[in-house]
Amino acid sequence: MNKIIITVVGKDTVGIIAKVCTYLADNDVNILDISQTIVSGYFNMMMIVDVSGSKVAFNDLSDSLENIGNDIGVVVKCQREEIFDSMHRI
Amino acid sequence: MINISEVSETNEMIEKENLDVRTITMGISLFDCIDTDLKALNEKIYNKIHESAKDLVKTGEEISKEFGIPIVNKRISVTPIALIGASACKTPSDFVTIAKTLDRAAKDVGINFLGGYSALVSKGMTTADKLLIESIPEALSSTDVVCSSVNVGSTKTGINMDAVRLLGDIILETANKTKDTDSSGCTKLVIFCNAPDDNPFMAGAFHGVTEADRIINVGVSGPGVVKTALEKVRGENFEVLCETIKKTAFKVTRVGQLVAKEASERLGVPFGIVDLSLAPTPAIGDSVADILHEIGVEHAGAPGTTAALALLNDQVKKGGAMASSYVGGLSGAFIPVSEDQGMINAVNAGALTLEKLEAMTCVCSVGLDMIAIPGDTKATTLAGIIADEMAIGMINQKTTAVRLIPVIGKTVGDTVDFGGLLGFGPIMPVNKFDCAAFVDRGGRIPAPIHSFKN
Repeated sequence: MNKIIITVVGKDTVGIIAKVCTYLADNDVNILDISQTIVSGYFNMMMIVDVSGSKVAFNDLSDSLENIGNDIGVVVKCQREEIFDSMHRI
Repeated sequence: MINISEVSETNEMIEKENLDVRTITMGISLFDCIDTDLKALNEKIYNKIHESAKDLVKTGEEISKEFGIPIVNKRISVTPIALIGASACKTPSDFVTIAKTLDRAAKDVGINFLGGYSALVSKGMTTADKLLIESIPEALSSTDVVCSSVNVGSTKTGINMDAVRLLGDIILETANKTKDTDSSGCTKLVIFCNAPDDNPFMAGAFHGVTEADRIINVGVSGPGVVKTALEKVRGENFEVLCETIKKTAFKVTRVGQLVAKEASERLGVPFGIVDLSLAPTPAIGDSVADILHEIGVEHAGAPGTTAALALLNDQVKKGGAMASSYVGGLSGAFIPVSEDQGMINAVNAGALTLEKLEAMTCVCSVGLDMIAIPGDTKATTLAGIIADEMAIGMINQKTTAVRLIPVIGKTVGDTVDFGGLLGFGPIMPVNKFDCAAFVDRGGRIPAPIHSFKN
């Protein structure tokens, strides 16, 4: 499995998750886990996805999601899971 | 599975607290370039660097994007050039041609600094060592990204006072040759005692003679991360303080280890070490002095500063050692003046003097670093300051270094601006009393008794 963490941070608005999920589904990226919180009106979401079967390479995925984020006024970031694993797991 | 608070913590470190991988430094051995013909030597050096490092910058950028962590600098260190040029160079100008080749190669592969225009003379100087040292002012004033270092002492060999004395003159000459840019040539010259072979940080990086053909060393930084962590334990006792620093250093080093492994695999070059150094930059919040302030001293330099720095340096090493099996280089806390806004503030407030900085270097990871002093400082005085700093390293079995900038045409009360990462700062006063009779004696200071461990 090849996991990527997608984070979405920004002002809460209708359809954030829908837009991101639609893009992921269209590109065969499987969502393993979603968690989200809203802190003082700010939307904070994390997704763990598996890109093993993805139709697009990491760079394209990352750039496309960033653009989708820009369109709806939120910041979308893709990072490989290892950076979090290495920092928080012994 | 990773949870949202862990993800947020990491990303806040990166976005708000300036956590970054400060440098991926590729060490390249130039031994196989040695030639008696200077032109052939230069050609081989260019080709070896170009071939080895052509993908370094691109790879660094790819890794940076995939992990979402800035990798600020991509750099190269090479075998000390005094060794490589020994059979081809008959004059200082011959060595300068190599400096220019290094500069060209570095720019062509897109890196921002190349270290290793160096000589290792802790016990004595060969003819080539001396020629290289004499060529430093011309080399640093006629190149942009080449960095130079000279190791003039070690716990095992003592201190080569002839080299120390000579470097007093060389620093001044370098300052004079670059006086149009606030003597900025001196920002690229470091004098060492017990220099490490695998340091990835500039200006003191070189690829040691004990190293493999090529190696990837990574330097991580993160003063802001440590400071933010300490804000949460204000007023707690030393055990809590130390535990917090250690845990933070662990997290930061793990990121370095990850990036180093990844870079090593992609470039097909063995992984060397991770250097966990709290390396400040002039950016707000990226300051070691701010950590000392958070630990409890009003300004860096106040009583208690040396103890605070000692515990900081030690806990950083302990956390780092747990995170990677190959921690090396300088690992600890750097205390440059012009590169650290908190240090600059401390000098301006009158809290920090050259003498206090010298005391702090007994417990920090390097030495007197990036300190601008009056341009009329005598060469013998510079040599005296270097000798003091080398003695601290020799006796305490630690790395110490001197990077002083006598700014020609400026004096106490003036400020200098070196730009970018090198920062800016006030000119600091230097003790006016003379030491010429001491540094002019010639010869070397013997190794200390505790070096005889055979």
